[in-house]
Amino acid sequence: MTQTVFEPWNDPDATPLIQFQGVTKRFGDFTAIDDQTLDIYEREFFALLGPSGCGKTTMMRMLAGFEAPTEGRILLDGQDIAPIPPNKRAVNMMFQSYALFPHLSVWENIAFGLKRDRMEKSAITERVDRMLKLTRLEKFARRKPHQISGGQRQRVALARSLAKAPKLLLLDEPLGALDAKLRQDTQFELMDIQEKTGTTFVIVTHDQEEAMTVASRVAVMDHGKIVQADTPDRIYEHPSSVYVADFIGDVTIIEGTATPREAGYEIAFAEGQPPLYAETDKTFAKGQACHLAIRPEKVSITAEKPRDKRNALQGKILDIAYLGNISTYHVELPGGQVIKAQTANTRRLSRRTFTWEDTVWLSWTDTAAVLLED
Amino acid sequence: MRRVTWFNTTSLTLGFTFLYLPMLILIVYSFNRSELVTVWAGFSTKWYGELIRNEAFLDAAWVTLQVAVVSSTVATVLGTMAALTMVRAGRFWGRTLFSGMIYAPLVMPEVITGLSLLLLFIGIGLDRGVFTIILAHTTFSMCYVSVVVSSRLATFDRSLEEAAFDLGCSPGEAFRLVTLPIIAPAVISGWLLAFTLSLDDLVIASFTAGPSATTLPIKIWSSIRLGVSPEINALSTILIAIVATGVVTASLITKRASLRLQAEERAAEQQA
Amino acid sequence: MRRFALIVLPYAWLLALFLVPFIIVLKISLSDIALSIPPYTPTLDLSAGWEGTKRFFAGLDFENFVFLTTDDLYWKAYLSSLRIAAVATFLTLLVGYPIAYGMANAPDHWRPTLMMLVILPFWTSFLIRVYSWMGILSGEGYLNQLLLALGAISEPLTILNTNIAVYIGIVYTYLPFMILPIYAALERMDASLLEAAEDLGCSRLTAFWLVTFPLSRNGVVAGCFLVFIPTVGEFVIPALLGGSKTLMIGKVLWDEFFKNRDWPVASAVAVILLLILIIPIVLFQRNEQKQREAEG
Repeated sequence: MTQTVFEPWNDPDATPLIQFQGVTKRFGDFTAIDDQTLDIYEREFFALLGPSGCGKTTMMRMLAGFEAPTEGRILLDGQDIAPIPPNKRAVNMMFQSYALFPHLSVWENIAFGLKRDRMEKSAITERVDRMLKLTRLEKFARRKPHQISGGQRQRVALARSLAKAPKLLLLDEPLGALDAKLRQDTQFELMDIQEKTGTTFVIVTHDQEEAMTVASRVAVMDHGKIVQADTPDRIYEHPSSVYVADFIGDVTIIEGTATPREAGYEIAFAEGQPPLYAETDKTFAKGQACHLAIRPEKVSITAEKPRDKRNALQGKILDIAYLGNISTYHVELPGGQVIKAQTANTRRLSRRTFTWEDTVWLSWTDTAAVLLED
Repeated sequence: MRRVTWFNTTSLTLGFTFLYLPMLILIVYSFNRSELVTVWAGFSTKWYGELIRNEAFLDAAWVTLQVAVVSSTVATVLGTMAALTMVRAGRFWGRTLFSGMIYAPLVMPEVITGLSLLLLFIGIGLDRGVFTIILAHTTFSMCYVSVVVSSRLATFDRSLEEAAFDLGCSPGEAFRLVTLPIIAPAVISGWLLAFTLSLDDLVIASFTAGPSATTLPIKIWSSIRLGVSPEINALSTILIAIVATGVVTASLITKRASLRLQAEERAAEQQA
Repeated sequence: MRRFALIVLPYAWLLALFLVPFIIVLKISLSDIALSIPPYTPTLDLSAGWEGTKRFFAGLDFENFVFLTTDDLYWKAYLSSLRIAAVATFLTLLVGYPIAYGMANAPDHWRPTLMMLVILPFWTSFLIRVYSWMGILSGEGYLNQLLLALGAISEPLTILNTNIAVYIGIVYTYLPFMILPIYAALERMDASLLEAAEDLGCSRLTAFWLVTFPLSRNGVVAGCFLVFIPTVGEFVIPALLGGSKTLMIGKVLWDEFFKNRDWPVASAVAVILLLILIIPIVLFQRNEQKQREAEG
């Protein structure tokens, strides 16, 4: 069983492909990256996720060689890459703007990097053709970049950066310029190509859904620091901080104070409301301020008070967001706290049980909510 | 990512030295006491005094100024009309000929323009003088104005005019109240361009001036054919100073306006 | 109706003061020189009616054009003008490209100032800018003074009134026309294209030849035309800086008209000059249009 799961980060014997060791990058007074250490393993699809200005692009540009770390080292295959200029690195980059050379055809764009390596003509032809096939661009080889669609351009950029068979491929917001529908299809295509070629991918994105879909691990960044680096499900289910919980997906955050009880903690959060209960690995002192993060889909909404759940609160429906497959209810508690609850719309809308101003019960299990430090 | 490299710095330094050193030398030597222009004999402003007392130069300057003001103003009106036609009118009879006539003078050798206009004036029996120079200058500078204004009109958002119509403007009012204020910077730079072209022109003016009118360039021309003269150095310095002041002031005004715009936008965003 | 008024005024103006004069030039180029006022024959006398018109057309011939081919001064002058313009254009490109490149790579806050510095000479009198070189290049001029003082030469160099002075004058006065289109092309270029080239294994220099230069090609072509076309018919520079051996057609036309007072031959010279220039003008227009389409 352990053989089939790809989890090199849990294997103490695995050697990482890339190691950031105490890397700091400053631009004048501004600290873009603040003393970060991070390992990325071979064949990983690693996502750097965060809002604009969080430092994710700087991390990537240091890997590509367009920026040098102010302090610390970056190792590729155990070798410090600082002295290697970008044109000599076994690292290729797919640019956000694609940076396709407008004066060259699709074919020439893909062959560009191979020609720099003084590869033989026949080898170049073969390699370019393989790339064209991989990205389903055979028909467009002779066209210029402005003669093809946005989605096709994106694939040319991918083919061009993959052509040199780099050890590491960097993707800077690769799907940012595509519309929503095309983006979804392309995400699966990217994963497919990554698996086929076995290349290590590092992707930079601000779209959490994209990061969750494609990546084997996601590093959530904020203000030049990696807040949490983990698998998508761990990030979602076990966020390490309020910032991560709030950044990834929808969540209700309840502030309160923790009191140890049984295997977990009781959280008092408002006058006149019963305390909530949550289990966690973390330890909290009695009376310590804490945040309880709860995902809307883990909250059940019922007309009667449920008997089997310890966490049950009564409130009034303030708002309903109908999203087609699901509906999100905003329920206001008597103290003013709003909690979000989600239900799948298995029935037709006309048969919906609850409507505005209805008084309802919200409930969740002992392990559904995540208890976080202040 | 822009890099300041030794190559860029060197090429800019050499390039701008090449562009400005000759004029700098001219300015320095206009303050030379000596009659011999290439020998420095101490600082003096006497050539400026000579210049001011030289009636022929003053007369020529006055003629040049009249020609430039009138021709650039007429050229601005005609050129703006031509630009509106080019950008807005769509297809009309003779459009290709029209746009050809707008662009041709920009690349036409001045000797040909001058010769052809002179032959026209003689052919219709028009006495040559200030009036014919104005006609000639208006003709070629309206083409420059039209190019400047059309490039601004091409990026003009037509929905602004449509909004004006929607709010009850007549076409004339929409142009006066909406279009003109927005394209005004282009119209003004068109006027300035026409004005300078007219001030500068030697060849076309020489053909069309006739014996009764002499412009400043014609006057300068006849004296420098014989060689460098300290009086011309002084005159050049004055002209360079006027142009430099004008251009620097204009660019400072533009820069300040854009800085203020940025500051106001930032302030508005912070309030929001 | 309004639209009509808008079109008709500039249209009529250009017809009357641009197109009609050309037709007159063409007509006079087909006439003969005469010692009268105007100094050519025949003249169109519309009062003589149909007969007069017929007589007028019968009087036209290609004699002046034949004359231009028999006297080798003219075709030598055309060839020499084209050659001087071509060499000068190339020199201007050599000087202008590095400046445009330096400007495009200068820090953002410098660029408006650099731009202004390039445009400023353009607003300054052309005549004065040419004149400023007379004092520098003459026998006892500043350049010779400097070189003699440095001991680089023992005899003053003769530069003024040679073709070298003409080249210097053209490069100097037309430099902004070369710099601006190249700068515009370079400035528009996406900086990530160069990073992509480096990322794919180019050194700085190969990246320049494979990416930067081809992408600035339109600017280079536009700049070359903007210098070449007016230079062919240039008059002021060869007249002031050139010598007796400098043969340029603009000067020939001027002398033919003002000195020899041979209007028909001057007109014929102008017609041929125009025919020669039509090719580069059309090519230039096509390049501009291609560029507009590529952008739009």
